[in-house]
Amino acid sequence: MKVQRDFKERLSPAVQSIQPSGIRKFFDIAAKMEDVISLGVGEPDFVTPWSIRESCVYGLEQGYTSYTANRGLLELREEIARHYDSVYDVQYDAATDILVTVGVSEALDLAMRALLSPGDEVLIPEPCYVSYQACTILAGGVPVAVPAKLENEFRITPEELEAHVTPKTKVLLIGYPNNPTGAIMTRKDLMAIAAFAEEHDLLVISDEIYGDLTYGGEEHVCFSALPGMQERTLLLNGFSKAYAMTGWRIGYVLGAPDLIAAMTKIHQYTMLCAPITAQLAAIEALRHGEKYMKKMVAEYDRRRRLIYEGFTKMGLNCFEPKGAFYIFPDISTTGFTSEEFAEKLLESEHVALVPGNAFGACGEGHVRCSYATSIDKISEALARIENFIKHHRR
Amino acid sequence: MRELLELLEHDARRPISEIAPMLGKSEYEVEQDIKRLEKDKVILSYNTLINWEKFGDNMVTAIIEVNLMPQREVGFDAIAERIYRFDEVRTVYLMSGSFDLMVIIEGKSLKDVANFVSTRLSTIEGVTQTRSHFILKPYKKDGVIINDEERDRRLVVSP
Repeated sequence: MKVQRDFKERLSPAVQSIQPSGIRKFFDIAAKMEDVISLGVGEPDFVTPWSIRESCVYGLEQGYTSYTANRGLLELREEIARHYDSVYDVQYDAATDILVTVGVSEALDLAMRALLSPGDEVLIPEPCYVSYQACTILAGGVPVAVPAKLENEFRITPEELEAHVTPKTKVLLIGYPNNPTGAIMTRKDLMAIAAFAEEHDLLVISDEIYGDLTYGGEEHVCFSALPGMQERTLLLNGFSKAYAMTGWRIGYVLGAPDLIAAMTKIHQYTMLCAPITAQLAAIEALRHGEKYMKKMVAEYDRRRRLIYEGFTKMGLNCFEPKGAFYIFPDISTTGFTSEEFAEKLLESEHVALVPGNAFGACGEGHVRCSYATSIDKISEALARIENFIKHHRR
Repeated sequence: MRELLELLEHDARRPISEIAPMLGKSEYEVEQDIKRLEKDKVILSYNTLINWEKFGDNMVTAIIEVNLMPQREVGFDAIAERIYRFDEVRTVYLMSGSFDLMVIIEGKSLKDVANFVSTRLSTIEGVTQTRSHFILKPYKKDGVIINDEERDRRLVVSP
């Protein structure tokens, strides 16, 4: 469209203040390359298991094409409640404590809009997923970045959080296993965070979308299963990562009835409900999908060990990730910034990855590599990266 | 050990330098494990799954249901051996149900296979009946979909 006027200044100040994702630039370059190997993809390389796809196809044949209850199909909410009861021994009432959303992304947006008043501060450990800051700002809140450290394997500590608390702090937003670092928090780590949340009477939003992808003999610890935490926690989860269902856009939020009711109010006027097709698929995933999920997790685990060894052998400073499907090596010894490294690597070796600073300032000096890709591609990418580093070591 | 076997079953050509870190073992350990599994005949052979039709070959495969008269002392085993020793016979299973052996045969032509069944298989002492079923089109073999259209449709970079 040809426009005479500049409408930019008419945009809401909140929207103007948000920067477009730094990932976009790499996408544009990489998309044009023929033989690019991408370690830059934040989603599984598996297709959704067939039994899940088939249940959706069957649902369509049976004519399931309507709206559902705003909160989502009761059957699905009951399956979610059963899942949390059996896996984490934490009880949620399907009628009042669960809202099915269009992915965790919507759940996060709803949570922020339901909880925040203008000026309320949200503590966000970084590096973190790219939408945490943006969702906070769009809801009128103020994101307060709390940098996590490599020497702590990117786990956050109460002391670090303490240094950023003010009287305006209302919410703590955590996401473990973590995108982009692959860090997890042990029970002991989280107990300390729970005590901190209690002391400052904070609400906690815990994004546990990668919870099922926990490796190396560790077990995912559900934040709301910690003593006293359930009622102050909004637990976000979904099907995208563990069940390879990113494109279905289906997630959920679990929490206290008042909070869920407030989020449902926004959800009913904006989204109305999550797609019924995706809800049917999600029911199947919870009922029969576990064995397929476990198989994918085992495969990620093998790739994780391979890529970790690869980076370690190259001499890069890199801690062993125990969750999600990312590894976050320190590339500062090359003398490049994260962005330079990513750009030059893409140009000369045709390997795409994401600069660490896209996930917060403290991610500078690192790059995020996703190992949600085949072993052959991982091996080839490692060889190319090694070659690149050899020629650029300073 | 199970994980090693699963990896090899899926791709026997995977280099040991890749397998070792995946299993958290040294290359030497993995080599020794494989040698032992081969010696114990847990690993029987390393084959290649080939789409012969695509290559242009018109081999014929038939599944033959075979009924037997069991023999004293040796049951079905002795007759099964007489059958599986033939090069033409690719696979033999002892079955439950309305027949006893399932025999899979490959031949150059329909006539070739029919000839084998009538002159060799059905004439073996103890074989009482055979029923042949010719394979028209393979869709999936040993866990591999023959014409798989699924591919990576993801964006190159995403958050």
